[in-house]
Amino acid sequence: MGAGNSPCASCKLLRRRCAKDCVFSPYFPSDNPHKFAIVHKVFGASNISKMLQELPVHQRGDAVSSLVYEANARMKDPVYGCVGAISYLQNQVSQLQMQLALAQAEILCIQMQSQDQPTALTSPLHELVADDKSFFFSDNLNYF
Amino acid sequence: MTNSTRCAACKQLRRRCPSDCIFLPYFPPYNPQRFSYVHRIYGASNVGKMLQQVEEHERGNVADSLYYEAYCRIEDPIYGCVGIITVLHEEIYHLQYQLAKIQAQIDLLKAHPPLQGLEYSANLLADQNGVYASSPSSFGPSIHCLY
Repeated sequence: MGAGNSPCASCKLLRRRCAKDCVFSPYFPSDNPHKFAIVHKVFGASNISKMLQELPVHQRGDAVSSLVYEANARMKDPVYGCVGAISYLQNQVSQLQMQLALAQAEILCIQMQSQDQPTALTSPLHELVADDKSFFFSDNLNYF
Repeated sequence: MTNSTRCAACKQLRRRCPSDCIFLPYFPPYNPQRFSYVHRIYGASNVGKMLQQVEEHERGNVADSLYYEAYCRIEDPIYGCVGIITVLHEEIYHLQYQLAKIQAQIDLLKAHPPLQGLEYSANLLADQNGVYASSPSSFGPSIHCLY
């Protein structure tokens, strides 16, 4: 049962009695009907109930929050939902990795330009630089 | 008129598969897992509604994204694909911090070229070894590999 004797938002929307042990009531209070309406529209009350019942009680709050997030994303973008955000963020990560690689290359160039003596080529620094150039071909840099 | 081979949706729902079945183009019979996952998370009725509410040329993307999200939710019942979004945000924050650090070092090098270049740059390079994070595809399944 929701706060006091009023049914939770789920039972209000579903027009049914809100039991004392209603699985929805801790997470869908009656003062926020929109929250349940959104997840119900995307996932369906029955599926939400199954998902919550499969989880320990202490994890259900986080599960509801993530379901609400996904439902909101799907309402805003009916074609891609959350996947649109993931794609955008993955691109951002790729771009930042590329910028880091370029910045690293710039540091190496500055270092090489500042070396005056040809013997520097046989120095430990040269070996370190030669090894680190492999980063250009690393699998981590997926912009190739 | 029905299809001789039912789509994965109609097979699992144990019904006739009409020739204009909305699921048929996106849930072929040779990939039963695809419909099984979206049905488990969203329900067949909701999936049908979500396909119907968009233009036909977008329905493939809808089916693909629903499958991706359902897959993530089954793999991580608490956070689903929101877990991936959180990790990506953290990675971006980390990369931005590293980039700002390196930019500052570049500015310092340009303003004050090293006098003892070997030692100074070796320390710099040692510091940069932790810069390269793993590729984005390591955070959850790559969007492309599931389609």
